Amino acid sequence: MRVYATARTAFRALRRNPMRAMLTTLGIVIGVGAVIAMMEIGAGSSTALKKTIASMGANVLVIRPGTASSGGVSFGAGSTTTLTPEDSQAILRECPAISNATPMVRARVQVVYGNRNWVPNAIYGATPAYLDVQDWTILAQGEPFSDRDVLNGNRVCLVGQTIVRELFEGESPVGKEIRIKNIAFRVIGVLTPKGANMMGFDQDDVILAPWTTIKYRVTGASASTSNQSASSTSSDSVNTLSNLYPTAQRSLYPERSAVQQANTPMPIRFANIDQIMAAAINSGEIPMAIEQVAAVLRERHRLRAGEPDDFNIRDMAELTRTLSTTTKLMTNLLLAVAMISLVVGGVGIMNIMLVSVTERTREIGLRMAVGARGKDILRQFLVEAVVLCLTGGAMGIVLGHGGSLLVQLLLKWPVETSLTAIAAAVLVSAGVGIIFGFYPAWKASRLDPIEALRYE
Amino acid sequence: MELITLRSIEKTYQMGDIAVPVLKGISLAIRQGELVALTGSSGSGKSTLMNILGCLDRPTAGEYWLDGQEISQLSTDERALLRNRKLGFVFQSFNLLARTSAIENVAMPLTYAAEDLSEREARERAAEMLIRVGLADRLDHHPSQLSGGQQQRVAIARALINRPPVLFADEPTGNLDSKTSEEVLQMFERLNTEDKITIIMVTHDPKVAGHANRVIRMDDGIILDDAVPTSATGGKA
Repeated sequence: MRVYATARTAFRALRRNPMRAMLTTLGIVIGVGAVIAMMEIGAGSSTALKKTIASMGANVLVIRPGTASSGGVSFGAGSTTTLTPEDSQAILRECPAISNATPMVRARVQVVYGNRNWVPNAIYGATPAYLDVQDWTILAQGEPFSDRDVLNGNRVCLVGQTIVRELFEGESPVGKEIRIKNIAFRVIGVLTPKGANMMGFDQDDVILAPWTTIKYRVTGASASTSNQSASSTSSDSVNTLSNLYPTAQRSLYPERSAVQQANTPMPIRFANIDQIMAAAINSGEIPMAIEQVAAVLRERHRLRAGEPDDFNIRDMAELTRTLSTTTKLMTNLLLAVAMISLVVGGVGIMNIMLVSVTERTREIGLRMAVGARGKDILRQFLVEAVVLCLTGGAMGIVLGHGGSLLVQLLLKWPVETSLTAIAAAVLVSAGVGIIFGFYPAWKASRLDPIEALRYE
Repeated sequence: MELITLRSIEKTYQMGDIAVPVLKGISLAIRQGELVALTGSSGSGKSTLMNILGCLDRPTAGEYWLDGQEISQLSTDERALLRNRKLGFVFQSFNLLARTSAIENVAMPLTYAAEDLSEREARERAAEMLIRVGLADRLDHHPSQLSGGQQQRVAIARALINRPPVLFADEPTGNLDSKTSEEVLQMFERLNTEDKITIIMVTHDPKVAGHANRVIRMDDGIILDDAVPTSATGGKA
C-alpha cells in the first residue's frame, strides 16, 4: 500500500503540471531514444562489418610445412615436405571448429594466350573448397571446377580479373585455352575482382586450377616463388602439349633394378603439398581451431610428446585484431554518446525537481505538519524523479526503436534489435532518476516545517 | 483530566551572536474538551507557543506533557509521528493541495499514518469526514472550485482524519469573510461540544476569541491573562 500510494502521489503531482513534466522528460526521451537507436544501428553495422572483414580472410588458417635445417642453416618455413592432401581431409573431418579446408600447391610460371604472355603472381592448385575458404564462391563468369576435375587432374582453370585484362584484353576468356608452362588449360570461369590484400598483393592476378593438375602436370616439385618456367624448360625435352608429366625431372641416378629397389627402398613418402588452407567457423573459434588442427596433424605425423611440430599454423592475427578493436571501438563510442545524452537528461531532471521542490515548499511543510517524516518526503520526491525518468525511458525506447526501424526501412541500413539495450535503457533511466533526483529530494526532506509553511 | 501541561517553557532564538528570548517561562494546563483562544499582539510569542504546542518546534527549556507523555525532547521523526496521531492543524491559508480533489486532500495524512488502510478504506474515511463538515456534495471538487469557507472546512476534515484529541487552528478565519468565519467557528464549537475535541486557536480577532470558553492573552513572551471571557456565552452579540 505504501509504495503504491507513494507512486500514486508522484503521478498525481506530475499530472498537476503535465506540460512541464513532458518537457522535463524530453531530455531522457531523447537520451534513451538515441541510445536505443544507436545501439540497434551500431549492432547491425558491427555485424555487417564483421562479415566484411571475415570475407577478407579473417577466419582463414594457413598450415605450412615446418622448417628444415642442415648444419645450423635453416631453410625457412615450408622447406620440408610434411603435408599431404590426406592431412587436409583429416583436418576437415576431425576438427569441429573448421568449416572447410583445401590442400594447395603453388606455381609461378609463364602463361600464354595467343600472342600474349604473362607471369601471374600465383598459380594456385587447390580443391573447389578454396573458393569457400576465401569467401570467393560467386564467380564473375562461368563456373568453378569440381572435385571430379581434381581427381582426374583435368586441365581446367579459373582466372582472375588481372589475367583477363592482361591476356585477353577484356574479352571473355571462358572456353578459351591458355597454356601454362606449355600445358594447355581450358578456362572455365572468371573470378570476381578482389583487389589487393593488406600486403598490397594483387589478389586478382591469380589462376586457380585443380591441385592435382598443377602438381603433377605443371610443377612436379614443391613451389618456389621464383619464375620456374625459365629453369625447367630445357632445350632437349620434347615439347608436346599433351605430355602427362612434362616436367618430370630426369633421374639423377641410374634407374634402379627391382632387386635394388627391394633391398633399399627409396624414402618416397607421399604426395606432398605446399600448404593447407582452412577456414574456422568464425573468428572467435580461431584459437580453438588452431588447437584442434595441431592435435590432428601431430597425431597423423606421429610426433611424440616432446618433439616439435613439423608444421606451422598461421592465422590472420592482424585482421582478427582489427576486427575485435573495431567492434570494441564502436561499442565504446556508442556508450560514450549514450552516457553524455543521459547525463544531460539527468541534469534537466535535477533542475526541474529543484524548481518543483521550491515551488512546493508549502506542500512539503503541510505534509510534514500532518506527520510526514523526512524520509517520507525524500521517498516521495525520489519516486517522482524515477517515475519521470522511467516514463521518459519508455517513450525513448519506443522512439529509438521506431527510429532504427525507420532507418532500416528508408536507408536500408542493417539493424539489429537489442534486448540488452532496452533492458540497459530501463535500468539506466531509473538510475539517472535516483542519482539526479536525490539531491532535490534530500533538500526537500531537510526543510523545517515551520519555515516551509510560512514560505510565500 | 489535563491533556496538555506546560512547565516553564522557554524558547530562545539565536540571531547570530545575540540570543533573542521569545518565550520567557510559560506554564499552562489545558484540560480535554476545552476551546481555547490564544491571543496577543504580533510579536507577543503566540505563534512560537503554537509551534511548540503543535510539536513543530522544540522548546529551549521546560517540560511539555501531552496526553501523559513528556515530548519536549523527542526526535524529529518521533514528533512527526506524534503530530500524525494526536494533532490536527488548520491554517489561515487552508494549505490545500491544488488540482487535487477534496477527498484526496482529506485522505492525504492517512498516507503517513502508522495504520495501514487500503485505498478504499482511506477514501471511505475521508468521505465520512467531509460529510461531517457538511461537504457531502463536494467530494470530488478541486480547491479552486470551492469557496473559502468550503476550503477551510476541507482543511478541518483533513485535520480530523486521524481522529486526534487536539486541533490547532492558526488564524482559521483570517482569510474568510465574516459570514463564513461564523460558519467555521460554529463548526469548531460543534466539534468541541459534540466530539469533545480540544481546540486551540491562535487569533488576534476578539470576535473570534469570543467563541472560546477560555482566552489566553500573551504579551512579550509571557501569559498576561488567562480567563473565561465575559462574552463566552453570547459570542454572536
